[in-house]
Amino acid sequence: MNKRFTATTRALAHSQLLIPLLAFFLLIVFNLIRDPSFFSVALVKNNLGNMVLSGNLISIIDNASELALLAIGMTLVTAASKGQDISVGAAATIAGSVFINVLRANDMSLPMILFAFLASCVVAMLFGAFNGTLVALFKIQPMIATLILYTAGRDIAYWINGGASPDLTDKTLTNYFGTFFPGIPIPTPILLVCVCLIIMALILKFTNLGLYAQAVGINENAARLNGIDPVRIKLLVFIILGICVALAGSVNVCRMGSLNHKTALLDIEMDAILAVAIGGNALIGGKFSMVGSVMGAYIIRALQTTLYAMEVSSDAIKAYKAVVIIAIVLIGSPVVKKYASLLFSKLRKNTAVVQTGDL
Amino acid sequence: MQDDVVLSMRNICKSFPGVVALNKVDFTLRRGDIHALMGENGAGKSTLIKVLTGVYSKDSGQVNLAGTDKAITIKSPQEAQNLGIGTVYQEIALCPNLTVAENMFIGRGKYHVVNWKTMKKRADAILTKLNIPAGANEQLSNCSLAVQQMVAIARAVDMDCKVLVLDEPTSSLDEQEVEKLFTLMRDLQSQGVGIIFVTHFLDQIYEICNRVTVLRNGEFIGEYEIKDLPRIELISKMMGKELDEISKVHGLAKEEAISQTPLVEVKELSSVSGIKPFDFYTMPGEVTGFAGLLGSGRSECVRAIFGADRVTRGVKYFNGRRVNIKRPINAMKAGMGYLPEDRKRDGILADLSVRDNIIFALQVMNGFFKPISKKKAAEYTDRYIEMLNIKTASHDIPIGSLSGGNQQKVILARWLLTHPQYLILDEPTRGIDVGTKVEIQKLVLKLAEEGVSVTFISSEIEEMLRTCSRLIVMRDRGVVGELSRDEMTQDNIMRTIAGDVAEHE
Repeated sequence: MNKRFTATTRALAHSQLLIPLLAFFLLIVFNLIRDPSFFSVALVKNNLGNMVLSGNLISIIDNASELALLAIGMTLVTAASKGQDISVGAAATIAGSVFINVLRANDMSLPMILFAFLASCVVAMLFGAFNGTLVALFKIQPMIATLILYTAGRDIAYWINGGASPDLTDKTLTNYFGTFFPGIPIPTPILLVCVCLIIMALILKFTNLGLYAQAVGINENAARLNGIDPVRIKLLVFIILGICVALAGSVNVCRMGSLNHKTALLDIEMDAILAVAIGGNALIGGKFSMVGSVMGAYIIRALQTTLYAMEVSSDAIKAYKAVVIIAIVLIGSPVVKKYASLLFSKLRKNTAVVQTGDL
Repeated sequence: MQDDVVLSMRNICKSFPGVVALNKVDFTLRRGDIHALMGENGAGKSTLIKVLTGVYSKDSGQVNLAGTDKAITIKSPQEAQNLGIGTVYQEIALCPNLTVAENMFIGRGKYHVVNWKTMKKRADAILTKLNIPAGANEQLSNCSLAVQQMVAIARAVDMDCKVLVLDEPTSSLDEQEVEKLFTLMRDLQSQGVGIIFVTHFLDQIYEICNRVTVLRNGEFIGEYEIKDLPRIELISKMMGKELDEISKVHGLAKEEAISQTPLVEVKELSSVSGIKPFDFYTMPGEVTGFAGLLGSGRSECVRAIFGADRVTRGVKYFNGRRVNIKRPINAMKAGMGYLPEDRKRDGILADLSVRDNIIFALQVMNGFFKPISKKKAAEYTDRYIEMLNIKTASHDIPIGSLSGGNQQKVILARWLLTHPQYLILDEPTRGIDVGTKVEIQKLVLKLAEEGVSVTFISSEIEEMLRTCSRLIVMRDRGVVGELSRDEMTQDNIMRTIAGDVAEHE
């Protein structure tokens, strides 16, 4: 029993997930002390007459959906290209603009919603391919390559929208896709994220995407000499990120019922990168943990919600967030890790001495 | 006699989780010694060096410097440097984009203000004193590898060092460069510096060292005067068994019927690397070799055959059929394997597990949509760990944490797993201990017996003489001759390499 416990702790200490788990734990403990009712989840009747779940936890997971979707794609891009895509927020507004404009031009129906989403997917994948080409073929550093779309993206969205901030008069989208389907008490965006995670898990299990992306990120030369085409893999991960961008943009439109190219998903690219980092992934590529990144997204959102609950003003919130993030990143830093493991082995030695002393 | 001792290490022990790396190891270095540290992979050479230079802390044991009785503890490489222990590692740890002088003095001043003039003057003085052919203002990346290595030594020596550790300094140098390095080492020797020399090249040890300490499996085997220790005895001490096996490894010289079609044939092949167009063929079960000096184009030839460098002209035939090999994957699917020259740069996926590294090539050949099941992967890994005697704690540890020789075996396993008909081994024995070298040579011959064609490239001509049945000789990026089994002697190879030069002069 004891042995198994030590084995588990050791496995955990070496696991990439140590940091996100620790951060989660601290957030939970902090909130329990502060206000246990923070965790209460209730089944209430919403204004459309559906029985739905409500509470801080639900809203955290719900509101983190766009971030979680982007973190999934960002993880793959980070692993294979050893850099990050900083244009995801801007690209998501483009994808959202395509989505909302297709819907505005047509009657609202389920096939039409799907078609609108597919259209935004195609556009986002094209932009992903554009970024991917710059990175994979022209070997430009990802941050520089995506700086182009980061700069131009929101203006392109403005142009697609004809200079206005379009909104949807038909409330089907906001009522169902943005919030709840009748009879299902869980917010639809959460369900969408779950579906995406399952699909991603299946892809990672039944294809070699994970292995190839890591191989290209760890040693491009070796990957090439073993028959992988690094250009194709990098292009592929950027296109996959494009799909995530389209999802994030569309979910955001469903939630808001409108699209403001200036404010929609503002600064989300930085949070997405942060989610990947908090998830224990090295930002210089290589091995990755998808679960870690998604946890990272929820941690960021939970942190924000905690701060709101503490009535921190929304203008000051970023400063507070920064403090906590410094703490998380420091805990995960190699220096602190090294000291922790030294301390750990010393403690173990001491217990061992005590035990033999008893004998 | 005791006064001569500059460094003594007694009863050094060091263990890592699950492994005892050093068990009561002794090491004594005297003034003006060039002292070889020998042992197979995992014998504990690097661990001992790292304990000495403060990278690892020892578990127990005593280290004394310069005959003092006071035991010292070295906590960091910086401290080792301050105590007069200079180290030059295999991979040159300098900044290529700085000048020679900057590299010699960077991070050493007491004050953080640099007096460029004095620095340059002093650098020049040291360079002249040590006969290093480099100017203080030259950018390091413009110097040859040997000179870079020498600059690293100059840096270490200038810091008042009494003990100089050279960890495989010669593995990326060619013969002339090695000679230059040896001259420098002899100079230092006469100045009374004690040098610890780690290498896998037996010739070099017998050329320059006067003493050798042998380790095996973390144990101290003994300290010997080189002149009293015949080679074969040194090897048997390292391997722990009487070794007439080395002499047993002998070529097959399987006589090929002329009517047989070559397994691989290339004509007028050239690539972006700029080699002169060359012809080459190999019969099934034949072991061929490319001989030549460093930079003569040996590797570039095989890279062109495998499609690792973009081919600019020429045709390739496989089994008599014309094939279009543009990328490595085409070559792999045709039935070729290529173990690259530079394991770190082109071979290993350092952060991935031993298992993933072993199945990697087969996995890629299987295709994107057909991952090898965990069970199959474990089975393959077990099989090759046993077959090649790979020393690893488990399947799951990253390959980067294995010793060099074991990494090489993993890469070898990767290619054997794909069951190639034609296997290219580019310097498979570089930086590897004698025992593993012999194992790899034997494996090559065994593969050939099974009908696999092998191309074997090595900087050690002896090794090629033992394994190859035909040698392609190269000079200045072009093929200059071909030697059959009967013509293959060290002398002949040298003469072929030098041949045209003599004519021109």
